[in-house]
Amino acid sequence: MTTTETAAPVVPDFGDDTESTRKIAFICSKGNLDMAYPALILANAALGEGVECHVFFTFWGFDMIMKSRMNDLKFTPTGNTAMHMPVGDIRIPQALAPVPGMQAMATHMLKKQIADLGVPEVPDFLDQIVAAGGHLWACRMSADMNKVDESDLRDDVEGIINASDFIELTEGAQLLFI
Amino acid sequence: MPVTTLNGREVHVDDEGFLTEYDEWDEDLAKVLAANIGIDLTDDHWTVIRFLRDDFKTQGETATTRRVQTVGGVSTKDQFTLFPKKPAKKMAYIAGLPKPHGCV
Repeated sequence: MTTTETAAPVVPDFGDDTESTRKIAFICSKGNLDMAYPALILANAALGEGVECHVFFTFWGFDMIMKSRMNDLKFTPTGNTAMHMPVGDIRIPQALAPVPGMQAMATHMLKKQIADLGVPEVPDFLDQIVAAGGHLWACRMSADMNKVDESDLRDDVEGIINASDFIELTEGAQLLFI
Repeated sequence: MPVTTLNGREVHVDDEGFLTEYDEWDEDLAKVLAANIGIDLTDDHWTVIRFLRDDFKTQGETATTRRVQTVGGVSTKDQFTLFPKKPAKKMAYIAGLPKPHGCV
């Protein structure tokens, strides 16, 4: 007697049967263009994996969500010894970094590198994150320091919250400070 | 490389179950793949699946969520509605393509 084995088909598990409780909160504290991206890319990836995501903007990170500043984020090699020329792997000397025009050139270079990868600019990227279910929050203290209110921020920022609110909101969440 | 039986025939898959041979897929198989993960394909689903297949042919890699939005014309929000929780992976699975490599 011969028996044929019929194996069950190999099907990926996309976690639909398990109630996902994973939650991540990103704290965006930087306003330079380069530091705007790490949180956005990870938040977008987390959302694409069905993870609940919150992005909290504080201090210089406010520039990422302020209507008057979010389209104008800049990047400078000043203080960043890791910036290299695209050709030849040469470091940009710090003495050159404050030279007029360097900031504009560095910003332009960075934007181009990012665009070449198909990665959107910060405001569009935040649109995508919100469309994917991400939550945006603004820091109360930074709002007070900068003297801004909801009307100065993106419409999809869910609220200006204080530190205690943030701690409550992120109960059980993984935190990433950028 | 593992081989599994789907829709009455053998297909090559990777360890997770994603198809590895572009030409082993057809639209009938897509329905089986979708059913495997609990999705009922509507016309809106097919728009995405067909875009992914065509785009893979020209680009050589699976389109990311962003590309499906900007080039494929299906908004991120819609992608999440059609393929809940893990849209990028689900879309690739049903379309018989590898998971997208890009980040955004």
